[in-house]
Amino acid sequence: MNSLLNLNQVAANIGQYHILHDISFEVPSGGVTVLLGRNGAGKTTTLRTIMGLNPASKGSITFKNEEISRLKPHIIANRGIGYVPEDQGIFGDLTVGENIRVAMKKEDEGTTKRMEWVLELFPDLKKFWKKPGGQLSGGQKQMLAIARAYVNENELLLIDEPSKGLAPIIVEKVMDSINQMKEKTTILLVEQNFMMASKIGDQFYIIDDGQTIHNGQMEELKEDKVLMKKYLGIS
Amino acid sequence: MNLRHVERSTWIYLAFALVLFIVPFLVTGRSMQFIIIQIFIFGIFAMSYDLLLGYTGIISFGHVMFFGIGAYSTGIIMDRMEPTIPNMLLSVLVAFIIAGIVSFIVGILTLRLKSHFYAMLTLALAGLFLVAAEKWRDVTGGYDGFTFRVPDILRESQNLYFLSLVSLVLIFFGLRRLTKSPFGRVLMSIRENEQRTESLGYKVLHYKVIASVVSGVIASFAGVLYIISIRFVNTDVFATDLTIDVLLMTIIGGVGTLIGPIIGAGLIEFAHHWLSSLSDVHWIFERWIILYGTVYILVVIFFPLGIVGTIRAKFLGSSAKKGLKDNQKSEAI
Repeated sequence: MNSLLNLNQVAANIGQYHILHDISFEVPSGGVTVLLGRNGAGKTTTLRTIMGLNPASKGSITFKNEEISRLKPHIIANRGIGYVPEDQGIFGDLTVGENIRVAMKKEDEGTTKRMEWVLELFPDLKKFWKKPGGQLSGGQKQMLAIARAYVNENELLLIDEPSKGLAPIIVEKVMDSINQMKEKTTILLVEQNFMMASKIGDQFYIIDDGQTIHNGQMEELKEDKVLMKKYLGIS
Repeated sequence: MNLRHVERSTWIYLAFALVLFIVPFLVTGRSMQFIIIQIFIFGIFAMSYDLLLGYTGIISFGHVMFFGIGAYSTGIIMDRMEPTIPNMLLSVLVAFIIAGIVSFIVGILTLRLKSHFYAMLTLALAGLFLVAAEKWRDVTGGYDGFTFRVPDILRESQNLYFLSLVSLVLIFFGLRRLTKSPFGRVLMSIRENEQRTESLGYKVLHYKVIASVVSGVIASFAGVLYIISIRFVNTDVFATDLTIDVLLMTIIGGVGTLIGPIIGAGLIEFAHHWLSSLSDVHWIFERWIILYGTVYILVVIFFPLGIVGTIRAKFLGSSAKKGLKDNQKSEAI
């Protein structure tokens, strides 16, 4: 399988704190790769480092075999990586339509088709098209954040904790949408909700204390109760 | 162009502009016409500031430098050359070029800074322009300033009124178009969350510099009109008071609304005029600035989003309640 994204011994700091020590993993083209780990393990920082929002202090990050670890976030985004942050990053004063349109780098046939597809996937966004993003519910904001990352022809989507703070029924909806999206694009997902991660993930990496410590196929992890208890606190 | 696609608010603004075209035939007093002209000019200045503050989230305490550049460009050219229309147009062009270059350089050098550092630096730069104008007396006349002649056609108050009104209307609709364009959406997203905008693929600094240049050029045009209206220029056109006035106009009217700053300009100009003229009624009105401050505090308390912003929020508030009900329904399904 071709590797789309490759992190090799990546380290990163936030201020004086060393958050990432040694992160190494590969994201193959297609499917969903899940980053798992306890709170504070460094999963979100890993995604931010890939996006250039927290520059890597060491190591290399390659996307489609090109080094991106020294690039600015807007250049990384234009290379084909979409990012859905943990806080969703909705522009509260902009309407749903404006939030989606601002994310579309060009309004051609391709992006229009993708927008139509994503609006079928999330009909609520169509319904509240003219409503300010700040007035949406938590679930709708999450849908908007995912839609915004999807409308461009990104080859890789980084999605950070899409189930965080959502009601179970909304989590199901979000999970279903990611399942449909994975047929069209590659996804790197950070998720605390193991049930969700195990249902949509194909392969996983476990991060602990800023290091990747284990990886494998999701099916194997579901059977490995010892590993799940040790690193994810799930018994 | 399909007229059915024109927003209802556009028709309202156009109707209001048409009413303003009739005003000089009804209000013939020169002093009242002069006040309205000042409102138009400061409305333009405040809209240029709104593009920075309201749409891009940039707080500048040095916006007056562009106003001053426009004022001095016209003042100096009109003083040194014949007061003809071509020379006046030349002075406008010079003002645009200088303001464009200065705002570009200032933007490139300073817009990387965080908001409060940027605000302080612009304050210092505006101070620099003020000192330079005071010291370069041969050209600027220093604090004493100088008078100059303007083309005869603009000596007529009514003509100046129409020039200012047409400028205000064109700039208002131009900026409205700009802020509703994809470019405007990026500016608003920068205001909301700079880092998020960058990770959507936009080079934030480029957009901020473009906004700064457009805003600076429009502010310089306001300076040109202002100086034509008073036919005298001195270092007051670089005074920080003007930046504070324009900041108040924008905040009182409603940031990020364009029409708000024009209303704010109207309120402040009339407040200046009426409160100071009431000094004959009671001595307290000699200290009109105290009343002015009180009005400002009251507006901030009762209209926290500015006049237009608060009214819009009230209307949105009712639709928001409806929206919330719709949300609850859809989530229950």
